[in-house]
Amino acid sequence: MTTQAFLQVLASGILIGLIYALIAVGLSLIFGLMDVVNFAHGEFLMLAMYAMFGLVLVTAIDPVLLMPIVVGIMFVVGVSAYAGVIRFAMRAKANPGMVQIFATFGLALVIQGLAQYFFTPDYRNIGNSWLGGKTLNLGGVFLPWPQIYGGVISLLAFGGLYLLITRTDFGKALEATREDQGAVALVGIDRNRVFALGWGLGAALVGLSGAVLAVFYYIYPQVGGPFALIAYVTVALGGFGSIFGALVAGLIVGVVEALTALILPPALKSVGVYSLYLAVLFVRPSGLFGRL
Amino acid sequence: MSDIAVTAPITSFVASRRRQLVIALIVFAAIALIPRAVSDVYTMNVLILTLLFAALSQSWNILGGYCGQVSLGHALYFGIGAYATSILFVKFGIVAWGGMLFGGILSALVALALGYPCFRLKGHYFSIATIVIAEIGLLLVHNWDYGGAALGIQWPFNPDSWWTLQFARNKVPYFYFVLGLFAVTWLVTYAIVESRWGYWWRAVKDDPDAAESLGVTVFNSKMGAAAISAFFTAIGGGFYAAFVSYIDPESVMHFRFSLLMALPAVLGGVGSLWGPAVGALILIPMAELTRSYLGGTGSGLDLVIYGLLVMVVSLTQPEGIMGIFKRSAKKADAKAEA
Repeated sequence: MTTQAFLQVLASGILIGLIYALIAVGLSLIFGLMDVVNFAHGEFLMLAMYAMFGLVLVTAIDPVLLMPIVVGIMFVVGVSAYAGVIRFAMRAKANPGMVQIFATFGLALVIQGLAQYFFTPDYRNIGNSWLGGKTLNLGGVFLPWPQIYGGVISLLAFGGLYLLITRTDFGKALEATREDQGAVALVGIDRNRVFALGWGLGAALVGLSGAVLAVFYYIYPQVGGPFALIAYVTVALGGFGSIFGALVAGLIVGVVEALTALILPPALKSVGVYSLYLAVLFVRPSGLFGRL
Repeated sequence: MSDIAVTAPITSFVASRRRQLVIALIVFAAIALIPRAVSDVYTMNVLILTLLFAALSQSWNILGGYCGQVSLGHALYFGIGAYATSILFVKFGIVAWGGMLFGGILSALVALALGYPCFRLKGHYFSIATIVIAEIGLLLVHNWDYGGAALGIQWPFNPDSWWTLQFARNKVPYFYFVLGLFAVTWLVTYAIVESRWGYWWRAVKDDPDAAESLGVTVFNSKMGAAAISAFFTAIGGGFYAAFVSYIDPESVMHFRFSLLMALPAVLGGVGSLWGPAVGALILIPMAELTRSYLGGTGSGLDLVIYGLLVMVVSLTQPEGIMGIFKRSAKKADAKAEA
């Protein structure tokens, strides 16, 4: 294989890896905050993609400009999911872990069913956009602009998230609540409010990735499934709750997936990622950067 | 004096165990009479699926409910059973009985091999690992030419017979087979939960760290739970292959099977003897009915109702539907004492 071909694979892997990281970080954030795994995470992604599709259809404005609206919608979806479902799941006196898994799973089925009802099971895509179909030639390495856009947005989002957590009062409240839920109540932080905003933030982040993904990926009611699985693998690989871990693991997953596709038939491209994940987990049961 | 204090609870324990067994036998006998009243093919199919998932969920419950290891990858064992039975029958002419036994043993061995590393993982890490492992299995079978790859395996049609376990027209024999499978899984659960293994499992579930300090025996009891659970799940998979006489990767190893095995137990009540059956009795007919009446051309409304049910039951009844009976029984006891 030529160096150029290798660089091509590496670059594609890094770009898709950045998007995987962005999908995963919301999941990891929520888990770190309150020990809940959202099994409707993939459906949040799907919802954001449909929101973008619908908005483009109705307004005929370019997806790049509509991105903040989709993120705003998903923030509301996240807060509502917390207020309507998760809040009650956390009160369960028996089998709390199982209640969370299956309550969020029920939510996933509802969202998927509604998407199918309103948008039909057809595959959709956003045909026209400023970025669509254009590629950047970087010394013989060809990179599609929509993916470059996705990668840049992902890096900006990680930067923003870092600032949000380290520099703002909300970030401090978030950190304090994940450290000790009981103690924050004593200093007058409303735990419920932090949780609700945490869910809003987590959903907004996956909404951002959905808004980016909608520009170059097919949209259909089950689109969340495969991405969600990759997000779980990414989060477990990086360590549940670790934001930096999600970024590193996302990049690893993207690159390993791209390299696997060179060796194995394309249908088996995920096998490399899954095997690596299992190998890491069996050596480090709490992931690369996780603490248990 | 102290003798009486000790023996009284033991005799009442033995009496309640015996009562459970008698009730179970009455229930099995009553179910066995159903085919005399039902002749409709559609209803018979729904009843067969209900009993199948009661048995599968009962098997899942051994590992997920009693031992507290929430597996979301049991489709792997279901698939191993379905593929082993189909391949042995179609390519080697070995009847389904042999295939199911082989698939069951193979599954149990796979569960032991996977359990060794996976049981080090805790909580969500364990559940997600099981999803991923089952997904690897699905991907491999998808690309496995000998196993028919994406096209799957079609069973040849033969005259109706118990020997080949093939019945083209009259489905009632299948009903009795799954009833038998359900009864066996129930009895196995019944026998084990009050044995030493049963107590270790509950110890593992209630306090994993403390149980770990008890060492190797507890680890072995977890491995045992995984092997038993996988064995019966594979038998269910082998039966399903004979029942539908055509399998492909998606139709036996998709993630939704992993869920369908866990859900009845969760809805009915995890770690209870009748929870999986009660859950299956509600879930399977409801899923079939909503699919028939609302699911036309993939409208999605069946999914919405299904999802709402799962959400509402798990939120309002964290102990499952059996939790309601347990509570009312406790109230009745309290009243009787007063």
